[in-house]
Amino acid sequence: MSTPASNPILIQPVPAPAQGESGFLASAFTPRALGIALGMVACLALAGEAWAQLTVGGERPGILATLWKWTPLILLGPPREFGGFALNILVSFLAMAIGTVSGLALGLGLISKFAPVRSVSWAITQFFRNSPWLVLLFFVMLLTPFQMRIGGVTIPFPAWFKATIGLALPIMANIAEIVRGAVNSIPTGQWESAESLAFSRLQTLWRIILPQCVKRMIPPWMNWYAILTMATPLISIVGVNDAMTLTQDALASEQRTELLMPMYGMLLLFFFVYCYPIARWTIRLERKYAVRN
Amino acid sequence: MEGLWDFLRSLHDAYGINLVHFYDTFERGRLLRGMWTTVQLAATCVLLSVLIGIIGAWLQGSRFKILKAFVQGYIQFFRNTPPLVQMYFFYFALGPQMPRVENEFGIAQPILGSFAWAVISLSFFAGAFNIEIFRSGVEAVQKSTVEAAESLGFNRWQIYRYVVLPLAVRVCLPALNNNLVNLIKTTTQAYAIAVPETLYIASQIWSDRINVFEMMVTLLTFYLILVGIFVWLMTRLERSLRVPGFGQ
Amino acid sequence: MTTAWTPDQPIVSIKDVHKSFGPIEVLKGVSLDVRKGEVICIIGPSGSGKSTLLRCINALVPINQGSIKVEGQEVHDPALDKLELRKKVGMVFQSYNLFPHKTALENVMMAPVHVLKRPKEEVEAQARRLIKKVRLEGKEDAYPGELSGGQQQRVAIARSLAMNPDIMLFDEVTAALDPETVKEVLVTIRELAEEGMTCVLVTHEMGFAREIGDHIYFTDRGIIVEHGPPATFFTSASDPRTRAFLSQIL
Repeated sequence: MSTPASNPILIQPVPAPAQGESGFLASAFTPRALGIALGMVACLALAGEAWAQLTVGGERPGILATLWKWTPLILLGPPREFGGFALNILVSFLAMAIGTVSGLALGLGLISKFAPVRSVSWAITQFFRNSPWLVLLFFVMLLTPFQMRIGGVTIPFPAWFKATIGLALPIMANIAEIVRGAVNSIPTGQWESAESLAFSRLQTLWRIILPQCVKRMIPPWMNWYAILTMATPLISIVGVNDAMTLTQDALASEQRTELLMPMYGMLLLFFFVYCYPIARWTIRLERKYAVRN
Repeated sequence: MEGLWDFLRSLHDAYGINLVHFYDTFERGRLLRGMWTTVQLAATCVLLSVLIGIIGAWLQGSRFKILKAFVQGYIQFFRNTPPLVQMYFFYFALGPQMPRVENEFGIAQPILGSFAWAVISLSFFAGAFNIEIFRSGVEAVQKSTVEAAESLGFNRWQIYRYVVLPLAVRVCLPALNNNLVNLIKTTTQAYAIAVPETLYIASQIWSDRINVFEMMVTLLTFYLILVGIFVWLMTRLERSLRVPGFGQ
Repeated sequence: MTTAWTPDQPIVSIKDVHKSFGPIEVLKGVSLDVRKGEVICIIGPSGSGKSTLLRCINALVPINQGSIKVEGQEVHDPALDKLELRKKVGMVFQSYNLFPHKTALENVMMAPVHVLKRPKEEVEAQARRLIKKVRLEGKEDAYPGELSGGQQQRVAIARSLAMNPDIMLFDEVTAALDPETVKEVLVTIRELAEEGMTCVLVTHEMGFAREIGDHIYFTDRGIIVEHGPPATFFTSASDPRTRAFLSQIL
């Protein structure tokens, strides 16, 4: 029912492109890749521009001008409302925070000495790791109330917040796996020596084991953050005003086919510009910590 | 079978557990078709993305810098942008640029439907990861083994085909397994471009029959079983490829 | 530039070969000839360029200057058909380099089947004969990981022989083996030499070189310091470097 337990790869979907080209990758490659991406969008815009000139003549605003016109909306959402790409980022931050805290707890459950806790944690982890994100998102959207009354206070759950919870669930399960893997990678000698110094199990975990785990957990943790960020457009499917939704709204109001490629291309570019440096940075950290260990 | 359906029907009457998608012939039929579509979608994407991975990893060993840069650009772009936006780009932006063909009723329709675009976009998405996975496997193959093959007169393609790839596959099978499981889960995204796969059909059923919770449980169970079967197959493959004294 | 080669000419003819890896020149003008049926042993300290020289003969590494001819064919020629060269020249490596995912029999059969496209049944019969010849009968279906170093090395020799080469190159083939298994590999090589196979060996086994070598070459820092038939080479080496080396080894 589960992917094999020995898979740090889910934590880290792709091994860093190895080879002794770290300098090449870290320095020369970044601007080049960004250049390729920018070039792609520029080409799409120009192609669309040419197409527009050929088919409808020059009376409508140009492609680039139109892209520029919609950029504030897609990045920041409608005036006096929060949305757009900024909402994608906010959702990614919140889901990561919730997923990390709950994942840490679940991960400690996975290594608990108490068997029932261990089995329940295992079942929860496997369930959320192996379920499709979109299904979990629907699950939370449709099956949680839109508000909750505690005492006399009504706490509203707006759609974007429910979506955040939906995205936090798979993150929680994967963070739990990272925690379990990292704790297991600490030699048992550390536990034994702590025990001989009369540390309790919890003290050992908190003061000795986890601090040593942090370094090895950071690269996979960042990797999951990037995966999460790239999953945030899913919230557009369940009706949240994110960058994806607003891009489609903009396209709907423009009704110009020559805008399709540049607009979607621009959205891809926003995500690329945000996620690519994170990916590079993750690889750098991975290398750095790999050498020390 | 009838007995089972009657039992499920009685659950509805007695406890309000609405499993209409099992006992109603029409609902069961469309749900099964949806599941079959998911299986087809997943299987096609798995095969295509693995093919992309194999070819891409081979091209990365090429002597032509431009080719390598192109493959590298493809990988980085598809790895660092959201798969959903990629799918929209393919379906909504590239789709309309494609030529149209007349169907049997004489109506012009796009040459590629939503299923085909889902296959293309998901395969390219997972393929980008597969290339890096295969490449890490290729790099794990000892240089001296390649040299031995060279000294026996193998050409570049023969070395890749008979020596490097079989060894690389064994090394990277666990990583490949993970990425393909991820791909299978991501097929649900095809919902967004109205491919009648399981999630899409399920959402239709729960809108018609107002049984969201029961449908959700069915849906999650289906995907857990699907992933389970795939992992089981991959484990069998891994076992059948195991060579005494190699790896571990 | 290529004149018809006749068996009375050297089968391998190396003239003034230079080879650099980056700034380091590992071969500084090496010349030697190998005649058909001869057994040549190249000895010398590590890093003196012996292994590189063997790799150059097989075109595994390109040379910077000079000429290497195998049966009259210039190896350095860009238009060289590498397949033709490698059919003539077999090579055995220090680290065996068997294909770990194939059984002993499959390792021997792979190149003739896939490279030479010979019929499978015929190749299999030959492969079984060769495995018997290297005294590994019964190990046909074992994977390399299940064989000892000496056994793997003998499979590697059989694998090269399956291409029916005219010349065999041995690159320190016993250096990675434990002492007990060295002998079984040397026996196999001796049998080959006795059958008249042209052999070029890079080796540290002085006793063996003395026993089977027709001609001994001593290399140091990229040049051939001294060479001669074993009888004179081991007893009356003239160069002080050779004498120093031999006194350390023997």
